[in-house]
Formats: sequence, structure tokens, C-alpha cells
Amino acid sequence: MQRVCDLTDLQDGGSVRLDGDRPVAVFNVEGELFAIDDTCTHQEASLSDGFVEDCLVECPLHAACFDLRTGLPTGPPAKHPVRTYRVEVLDGVVWVAVREASDDASVDAA
Amino acid sequence: MSGGDPLRSVVVVGASLAGLSAARALRADGYDGAITLVGEEPHLPYDRPPLSKELLVGSVTPADIALTDADDDALHLDWRLGRRATALVPARGAVVLDDGEELAADGVVLATGARARRLAVADGRTGVHVLRTLDDALALRDDLLGGCRLVVVGGGFIGAEVASSARARGCDVTVVEALDTPLAGPLGPQMGAVVAALHGDHGVRLLTGTGVAAVHGSPRVDAVELEDGTRLPADVVVVGVGASPDLGWLAGSGVAVRGGVVTDARCRTSVPRVVAAGDCAASEGLDGGDPTRTEHWTHALEQPAVAVAALLRGPAAPAYAGVPYFWSEQYGVRIQFAGVRHAGDEVRVVEGDPDARSFVAVYGRDGLVSGVLGVDQPRVFTRLRRELRNRARDLAASA
Repeated sequence: MQRVCDLTDLQDGGSVRLDGDRPVAVFNVEGELFAIDDTCTHQEASLSDGFVEDCLVECPLHAACFDLRTGLPTGPPAKHPVRTYRVEVLDGVVWVAVREASDDASVDAA
Repeated sequence: MSGGDPLRSVVVVGASLAGLSAARALRADGYDGAITLVGEEPHLPYDRPPLSKELLVGSVTPADIALTDADDDALHLDWRLGRRATALVPARGAVVLDDGEELAADGVVLATGARARRLAVADGRTGVHVLRTLDDALALRDDLLGGCRLVVVGGGFIGAEVASSARARGCDVTVVEALDTPLAGPLGPQMGAVVAALHGDHGVRLLTGTGVAAVHGSPRVDAVELEDGTRLPADVVVVGVGASPDLGWLAGSGVAVRGGVVTDARCRTSVPRVVAAGDCAASEGLDGGDPTRTEHWTHALEQPAVAVAALLRGPAAPAYAGVPYFWSEQYGVRIQFAGVRHAGDEVRVVEGDPDARSFVAVYGRDGLVSGVLGVDQPRVFTRLRRELRNRARDLAASA
């Protein structure tokens, strides 16, 4: 598990980016937390800068839309899913289960 | 195209983003009858925004911008590509194509988009381009050789993006804008000037307040002459003076048109079981204002679902309540706009600095924000766009 931030730093409607070789975006949607790949599968852009509506995030660059629960694109122009990650809150701290985290020693909370 | 029987055959006229979105929405809404998509271009639907950007600089190929994928096979769509609809005959429930084929239709979605406007004085010469279709973009890409002299007529978003892409390819670029300030329509004069300053920042000449008097050269263009007498040598000319829908084919159909296909807020036209969406539709808003056309990508993506719901369920379907949104990329700078700008709006910078080309400005009056512009500020922009969306939802819920 990678530490993301304190829960108080991830308010409803907010998002945080966890930097690394494969950056992860963590979202708070009405109190529920979701984590997906931060990089859009369409073109290089940061989904943590994206527009969240219901459980969908829209990429700020070309409006590609992904379901935060499944990582699946919901329409054009993206065709490939982003990966999803398990999120946990322990003692007021947000953690993400980043796979292959051992490959990446430089991860730190954004 | 009348009566209350369930629909069995829907013809979608237009096979770009709005047409494809309509077809997908029909299936998502449970419609299991026939769907035929008619597209004038020979290509399957593709994404247009990259045409003036990544495709021109060569960082994506036509295959990269296809909108359909294997999942669409399950939609069982019947394509008529490279074919143009020439008539809509509601009395016969028919859409007539240019080769004489008549498609039976008990429901029709008009999603024909818009055509690039041309400049009569420039027509008929090689080296003169418009940019609307994939074929337009490929022809322009092949013509934009490094070091060539490009004159872009029109300083709107397409013109500015073409200038940016051509500059990246090493062309010598001049943008000519008839208005005193480019982008004054969508962004207002103050912010239009700020965004247009990107041209100068990147070595592109911007000439404003002058139209094109003549285009010289035969068969290939060699110069553009402006109304003020300036003569600009040119190897390539791009005319980016907007787009307008092709409505002539609807004459006699009973479908009311006024600059676009007139619809209510549910995308219904004046003819039962004929709906319209995307660039070709001039739709009433929830506020009862004049029907307006919206040429935004997000609109062409979202509005067809409203049109399709109205086609299947009539007045019980919800009205379109999306907040307008568009973006542009020029010289590596990301420009985003949400909401609407009204003439006379107050404009306030709420984040960053226009001189640094990184800022957020809000538009409105009496303290009420109706529009947001972001320049290389996606996070703050997104937060304000969300506030606009939340307010629109509250309004729609209380309507």
C-alpha cells in the first residue's frame, strides 16, 4: 500500500495525484474514494485534473470519459481502460494498493 | 413518420460523432430495430479535433483517430458511407440517397454536422484549403512543407490551431482576421486579445481588422491581397472562416430550418419522429431563448442521447441540460471554456496571470458566474466548471 494523503486533504469532489512511474489519481466522490491510473489512455494527460460527474471522470485534454469504478472508457475518444486500484482509509490516512509498487521507490504523496 | 407504433427502422443521417453517438444511444436505450447510418464521407466515424492539431503535425495517423471499435459490431449498424441524403419524405417514411436508394425510416435522426465555409475569391486554386474532414486534413498536411509560407484566413479556433501546427512544422505563418480582435465572439474582446497574443509569442504574424480582397496565382496560389492593399506572398492558404450546416436537402420535407434544424429542448423538429442533434441542430434552451446552434465536440457527444430519448419516448424524455464546454490547444497551451459568454459580461481573472499565459477568468454579471475560461489551468478551471454544472442541475431540478 502507498500512502496518498490525509483524508482531510481529499475533500468531496476533490482529487489527488500520486506521482510515480505509473501515477495514480485518487478521487473523492460524495465520500466514496476511487483510484485509477492518472494518465489517460487516449493521450498524455492527467486525469486527476479531470472533471468528475457522478462516477465518471472526463479527461481535461480531449474529454475522454472513464468510469471510476471499473476504469472502462464510456465513450470516445478513449478506447482502452485505465487500471483501477483498491483504496483504504486507516486512521484518517488514505492508502492505495499500487501494484508493482516495489518497482517504484520514488513514489511520494502529491 | 407518424402514429404511435413502436419504431422499427431508424435512419441516422450523418456518420460522425453525433450520428455515431445517436446510434449507440438508441441501442443503450433498448431500441432493437434497424439502424442505418448515412455518411457523406467514405470513412467510418473519426475524431475531428485532432485534424487541426496532432494529425497536422503528424503525431497521430488516421487509424489512431477512429471512433468505432470492435464493440460497435454488436450494435448491428447498417452503414451507407460515401453517400449523401438528398431528400427526406415524411409522408412516405423515406430518406432518399444520392444514388436513388430509398431508405425506409419510421424515425430519423438528423446529425449532418456542418460544412466549412469557403472564400469565393480563393476557390479554384491549388494550395487553398479548408479544414473540416479527414481528407481536408491529409491534403493540408501534405501541402505544409517546412519553410513554406502559410496564410491563414480567419483567426478563430481552427485558424489558430492550424497556425500553431504549421509553426511547429517550421512554416512561416500569417493569420488574417477580419475582426479587430480574434475570438471576440466566444471569449469577448478582452480575453480574445489575450489568447490571440499567443500567435506573436510564437513567431506568427497576426493581422486584424482587414478582410481578404483577392487571392492571386494560377493554378497554384502565390499571394493573398488584403482589403488594405497589403500583399502577402503565400504557398499555402487555409480558409478558416467557420462552418454552416447543409440544410438545402431538407427543402419540402416540412422540417423547419433557421440557420440550423430548429428543435425544442428535447431535439424534436417540426416533423414528428424526426429529431436533430449536434452541429446541424438549432435547439431551444430550457430558458426558452432563441434556438441556437452549438458546434462543440462535447455537445455532439451528449446531445444525441436526448434526441434519441425523445424519438423513443416523446415528451416524457428529459430536456438537454448540459453546460457548454469546449477546448483548444495552441502552441502547447491548453484553452478551456465552459458555460456561456454574453455581450457586456464583466470578466474577472480569478487565478494566475494573463501575461504569463496561465490563468482562469470568469464571465458574468451581478456576481453570478455564467462562463469560465481556463488557460493552462486545468485544476482550477475544472472546479469552476463543476460549480456551473451543479447550478445547472439545480435549475433543471427546480424547473
